[in-house]
Amino acid sequence: MLSYTLQRLVVAISVAITVSIVAFFLLHLSGDIAMSIAGPESTPAQVEAIRKEFGLDRPLVLQYLEWLWRALQFDFGDSFFFRTSVVSLIAARIPVTLTLGAISLCLSLLVAVPLGVLAAVYNGTIIDRLALSFSVIGQAIPTFCLGLGLIILFSITLRWLPVSGASTWKHFILPSIALGWYAVPAVMRLSRNGMLEVLSADYIRTARAKGLSPRVVIFKHALRNAIIPVVALAAVQFGFMLGGSIVIEAVFSMHGLGYLAWESIARNDFPVVQAVVLILATIYVGLTFLADVANAFLDPRIRLA
Amino acid sequence: MKAHLVLMSAVAITLGAASTGAFANKANDTLVYASDSEPENVSPYHNNLREGVIIARHVFDNLIYRDPKTGKYEPQLATKWAWANPTTLDLTIRKGVTFHNGDPLTADDVVFTLNYVVSPEAKVVTKQNTDWIKSAEKTGEDQVRIHLVGPFPAAIEYLAGPVPIYPEKYFKSVGLTGFSKAPIGSGPYRVTKVDPGKGVTMEKYANYWKGSPLGQPAIGKVVFRVIPDAETRMAELMTGGVDWIWRVPVDQAKQLKTAPNVAVLSAETMRVGFLQFDTLGRSEKSTPFKDQRVRQAVAYAIDRKAMLDNLVGGGARIMNSACFIDQFGCTDKGVPTYSYDPAKAKKLLAEAGYPNGFTTELVAYREREYAEAVIGYLAAVGIKVNLNYLKYAAMRTLIREGKAPMAFQTWGSFSVADASAFTGNYFKGSADDMTGDKEVGKLLTEADTSVDVDKRLKLYQEALKTIAEKSYLFPLYSYPANYAFSSELSFTAQPDELPRFYAARWK
Repeated sequence: MLSYTLQRLVVAISVAITVSIVAFFLLHLSGDIAMSIAGPESTPAQVEAIRKEFGLDRPLVLQYLEWLWRALQFDFGDSFFFRTSVVSLIAARIPVTLTLGAISLCLSLLVAVPLGVLAAVYNGTIIDRLALSFSVIGQAIPTFCLGLGLIILFSITLRWLPVSGASTWKHFILPSIALGWYAVPAVMRLSRNGMLEVLSADYIRTARAKGLSPRVVIFKHALRNAIIPVVALAAVQFGFMLGGSIVIEAVFSMHGLGYLAWESIARNDFPVVQAVVLILATIYVGLTFLADVANAFLDPRIRLA
Repeated sequence: MKAHLVLMSAVAITLGAASTGAFANKANDTLVYASDSEPENVSPYHNNLREGVIIARHVFDNLIYRDPKTGKYEPQLATKWAWANPTTLDLTIRKGVTFHNGDPLTADDVVFTLNYVVSPEAKVVTKQNTDWIKSAEKTGEDQVRIHLVGPFPAAIEYLAGPVPIYPEKYFKSVGLTGFSKAPIGSGPYRVTKVDPGKGVTMEKYANYWKGSPLGQPAIGKVVFRVIPDAETRMAELMTGGVDWIWRVPVDQAKQLKTAPNVAVLSAETMRVGFLQFDTLGRSEKSTPFKDQRVRQAVAYAIDRKAMLDNLVGGGARIMNSACFIDQFGCTDKGVPTYSYDPAKAKKLLAEAGYPNGFTTELVAYREREYAEAVIGYLAAVGIKVNLNYLKYAAMRTLIREGKAPMAFQTWGSFSVADASAFTGNYFKGSADDMTGDKEVGKLLTEADTSVDVDKRLKLYQEALKTIAEKSYLFPLYSYPANYAFSSELSFTAQPDELPRFYAARWK
């Protein structure tokens, strides 16, 4: 288990570094950073002075290594737009996005896994069909439509919950439902298929033949094995939610990391974009790594393969 | 379900500490207003966004006050002013005014501010607002003398507008970076919190000087929130999360009129929407716009009246000159106008060598539906336009770097009622000048600096005529402002598009 974990860790770190290299060079290719800092009204001499001051005249490889060295110490420089440190901007925004992502994931798992299991257990019945239809409809509704629909129902009509912002726990309910909804269909179908596969396995037939109650068969014997692919998918979905929360953050005016990234791309705010890309990539890779390890823990066949 | 409740509680505890929630309403004496954009920097000289102007007028004082009702100039920080000659203005500075940190405001602060904003290191965003100032000096304990670059009769108007006064000691100790996080002024409201990109919180300044023409503010707390989505802003207003919104689209304004607890107000503003062409042809897609006939074709292709009737509404008017028609010096007499004539547009395009049209790009930053309507009209005459919809600062950068062939711009003239505040910004060789016509620049410089009123009017007319003839800039219409606010709030709008929350009251 330990050697497997170390292997996965090396892969994860390599991927994160690769992403940061690609992002760094892509952003450097997209325009002259010295010109961006100096501003459009600056003279060529001022641009040159800035190029020297920020070390932009040195080879890109050296610049990257220096950036990485600083990034490892959590020094991402200053935002060109806000003229404040990128770390303080991100520190202010990341809790919102992580909280939103975590609640959304929990909500979607709490809905999707039981629904998938139910559909598998009652395979072919009306319950199964309803669950599948629900998943198709869920997939078809755009996130922002759902978000606005929730606002109309729960905020404007019923007056139960606030419309926008992120200052209290109540502010997180609607956006979490809207964002979590997005992951429900995929997780549901995967748990259903996993469950169907496991339920037709020999050991389940044996368990049933032993006269164990259906509940014990399903929850004690089948679920653990059926859930393995869901763990990996959940990690990937969480990554998607962090990156994909931009729309929800805009609709509910939550000012999280996703919205900051979008704004910064629109403004060519290089230091912010670079830092957000690295952080999101690291989180994403970290999640995948954790999913691999969890899978190996749940299924010995993986780590022995 | 239990697990989920536990998680929710954990989140609530985590967030409770970082709570910035302001409850909008009369009971909390907190007015929350929302808009879709945030200034990159709350220092008034370092942004040119309307939201920045609003903050500036609540947090800072000006030397002179212009009464929006009568248009008359009244004393504010300056108790008296007089022209010693056309390039020298003497002012007496009021005693007994304090900044929000308790420091007294003196002639030194005025001199420092004016000298700082004309220094190259200040990097003032809109040069037009300050480039008429040469320097300032202290000539007595409360006496300030401003030296002008040349005669500039609109100086008084600028001192009453985009030239707020900064605290010398505090600014020097924190620098621009510190100042943008915690600005200090002497205005009716003091900033208590700046959340970059999210909003600004202001509280009534208890020691605001008695007798100010702005009056004493009535509302205790004013909170600015950035809410990017128009539907969300409307929903917030309907549910009382926000007390005041603006730039409400026509259809939403109609809907809101039927909502209880909401008042809707429509009024024309000084803001003008216009198309600007990169006539310098600085990028490949700009090449067609070097030809006057192509620019005129664009003007003939657009049905401004239909846009007004169906999209804009609320008291807006078609504009034919590169300024707001009620500004001093702005006129459309003798200025060529473009009616809606797609056949003529096609003919001009063919003459210019584009019988099948061409493909180009339009940058825009506000009312997307207006930009899309323009694109539709241009498609009808064969010009295929890709929309690049951005934040204002990003759009401005593209324009200034010569990467925008055509821009859907709007300009509110910083609420300055003088044509110099509009036309000069785009035709006197600044970074926003996409034309570089030296003749027009010369006419405008002369018009801006002449003390002879009739001569000024004549020069502006001449410059505006050339701009329209060559279609350097195609004016569309003035913008109406649709405000919607809580019916508990007593609020009046002015045509200068400057909501005065310091004059608002709870009913």
